[in-house]
Amino acid sequence: MDAIFLQILNGLDKGGAYALIALGLTLVFGTLGVVNFAHGALFMLGAFCAVSLNLLLNLEKVVVDPSQTTPWGTPLEIRTPYLQEWFGDFGTWMIDYSVPLSLLLVIPFMLMVGVAMERGLIKHFYKRTHADQILVTFGLAIVVQEIIKANFGANPIPQAAPDIVAGSMDIGAALGMDPNTIVYPYWRMVYLFFAAVVIGGVFAFLHMTTFGMVVRAGMHDRETVGLMGIDIDRRFTIVFGLAAVVAGMAGAMYTPTLPPDYHMGMDFLVLSFVVVVVGGMGSLGGAVAAGFLLGILQSFASMTEIKSFLPGIDQIIIYLVAVVILLVRPRGLLGQKGVMED
Amino acid sequence: MSADNNKHGVSRRDFIKTTGGIAVASAMPMFFVKNAWAEGGFPNDPGKAKSITLGFNVPQTGAYADEGADELRAFKLAVKHLNGEGDGGMLNTFKPSSLKGNGVLGKKVEYVTGDTQTKSDAARSSAKRMIEKDGVLMISGGSSSGVAIAVQSLCNEMGVIFMAGLTHSNDTTGKDRRKYGFRHFFNTEMSGAALAPVLEKEMGNDRVAYHLTADYTWGWSQEGSIKKYTEKLGWKTAEAVRTPLGAGDFSQYITPVLNSGADVLVLNHYGKDMVNSLTQAVQFGLRDKQVNGKDFQIVVPLYSRLMAQGAGENVKGIYGSTNWNWSLQDEGSQAFVKSFGQEYGFPPSQAAHTCYVQTLLYANACEVAGTFNPCGVIEALEGFKFDGLGNGPTEYRAEDHQCFKDVLVVRGNMNPTSQFDLLEVVQITPRAQVEYPADMLGGELGPCKA
Repeated sequence: MDAIFLQILNGLDKGGAYALIALGLTLVFGTLGVVNFAHGALFMLGAFCAVSLNLLLNLEKVVVDPSQTTPWGTPLEIRTPYLQEWFGDFGTWMIDYSVPLSLLLVIPFMLMVGVAMERGLIKHFYKRTHADQILVTFGLAIVVQEIIKANFGANPIPQAAPDIVAGSMDIGAALGMDPNTIVYPYWRMVYLFFAAVVIGGVFAFLHMTTFGMVVRAGMHDRETVGLMGIDIDRRFTIVFGLAAVVAGMAGAMYTPTLPPDYHMGMDFLVLSFVVVVVGGMGSLGGAVAAGFLLGILQSFASMTEIKSFLPGIDQIIIYLVAVVILLVRPRGLLGQKGVMED
Repeated sequence: MSADNNKHGVSRRDFIKTTGGIAVASAMPMFFVKNAWAEGGFPNDPGKAKSITLGFNVPQTGAYADEGADELRAFKLAVKHLNGEGDGGMLNTFKPSSLKGNGVLGKKVEYVTGDTQTKSDAARSSAKRMIEKDGVLMISGGSSSGVAIAVQSLCNEMGVIFMAGLTHSNDTTGKDRRKYGFRHFFNTEMSGAALAPVLEKEMGNDRVAYHLTADYTWGWSQEGSIKKYTEKLGWKTAEAVRTPLGAGDFSQYITPVLNSGADVLVLNHYGKDMVNSLTQAVQFGLRDKQVNGKDFQIVVPLYSRLMAQGAGENVKGIYGSTNWNWSLQDEGSQAFVKSFGQEYGFPPSQAAHTCYVQTLLYANACEVAGTFNPCGVIEALEGFKFDGLGNGPTEYRAEDHQCFKDVLVVRGNMNPTSQFDLLEVVQITPRAQVEYPADMLGGELGPCKA
């Protein structure tokens, strides 16, 4: 029972990340009709915003101490973060909270990146085939990856969660069960809560604001909305920026769970596309539901009990589900008629 | 075009074009390998040329790119020292040495580089290009056993020496050993033999281990060796779970550990996988856990400083083994750390060390043999005993081309004094304790062809 509970938690946590990426992918596809293979790179860029802020906050004052030498004979450098020197405890607090604080950097930066990407590149491919769109966005993803690798190296760069949520919670003990049976990291719970808030926020934005209403109308019938004198293209550009912000925030907050490296976006992208297909192309609700569903299924498939009679099932479960869904319900779980059916 | 020609379906022009094309295509490989088996009767014989070329095939992209970059730094430093530039590094401590600092056999050493991408097919293509197009006499490098075994096999087929870089699987000098391949790095069998006594001392005999293992040749090899030696101590193995290479999020593999009854988690992971699995295991509170009345422990059988840097605080107090560490105080290690540190501003990794040493050992074997002929070089390397290269007295065993030397058991440093001071050497396991019979791991070297 405890093992099942833990795998559900794992699945929800992982599903949260899938859902956030898939949500952005679906938004872009639903509004602009573009299959954006660079979306994973946006997730990775967000993660590296967190890394960059951490590096910035940890900029050190270097004092060379000629009385001491390194093992290779050069004078020893003594390093102290400027923030600690200037602001004392407040400086230490800022360094400790660098991951959540990075959202302040991620939001404007990713909005800028998203808008620039759409205006500078993607818009030239609206009328091209999906194959062209995939090729150009995939190429862009590789370029972004290589830029990150050239600047940050290939190894993962660990980011610490704030001390207050660095440990793990004994959920079992809290629920009156044996202690140490259900233990779960605080940060993963924070991430799950964060994913729920962002998903809720995006849905609220699309359903409770005039802007969102226009965007949804545009998703259904772009031409008619245009004929009503609304500059739908400008709104769709902002939606692309919004999708980039969601992906970026998802990436930044994921860094304490998975030390980021240049390839992390690609690892998530393929799975997120499967999530979008399973959820139904263009369906925001479907993307979220499929994200959580596939996250949970993947976690269960990794259980030793299941792997003992179905070896390797954890590797193929997501694709297996995708195949079954596409055979039984080609539009995906919540897909709409006419979308991607031409 | 005459009607006659059309009757047969092939025109004269078509015939000439086709046969010409076939002739050019057939000549292509000869053009690229024209130097491969030149006058001396062995591949890429430099003859009277003033320089020789070595091929450094390292991962410049992919998961092990940072280790590859460090390997490349070491190779460049070795070439510099062989050509008599710089402070000479380990050339000054290596004994018995025939190296004079004037290149190899009086010829200047040059090099070409390739990118293995940590993929066997890419590594083989790159090595093939170096042999056929660049005329290299020796290939070295690599940060993965899968790649090392693939390139070693290719080099053996093509009659070129392969001085393996970082490869830890038993198979490299076990069942997949080759006449033209040599490994200075230790293997999983030695890791198990070196680690077990320390684990017994620190954790006792009554333990239950849970293995998470990277699902490829090296992971299987390490899991087998660690199980073999820990079970000899009296430990039980609760479960050994294979994880896909590059899984990223290991949470679904870690949560079953919590209630498995195991009190030790063995992470048979390397590189990015190790950084992720260790970080996540610590996040799940495994290190704060008490099971069977004992503190839960994590073991990382193969450690590297570059990985420790990636895992940050999480490595503190965790045991593992390593081929070499820059903090060693012997004369050879100090000379290498000094040269490398002055050149690049930071200490070398174990990957850099083994690559540097392999280059020197190859060059020395050529000097001893008095020829670049691989058969002569192999003869000089087989059974070669040496010292002053950082691991104490060492021998290249003739039967399997595996180096036997002391093995380091390390622990994540609890109080690091710098960003590089991440591993603390807790024991230098003497060579005698990690030696095993040459036929234990199977395999045949095969003959020398030239």
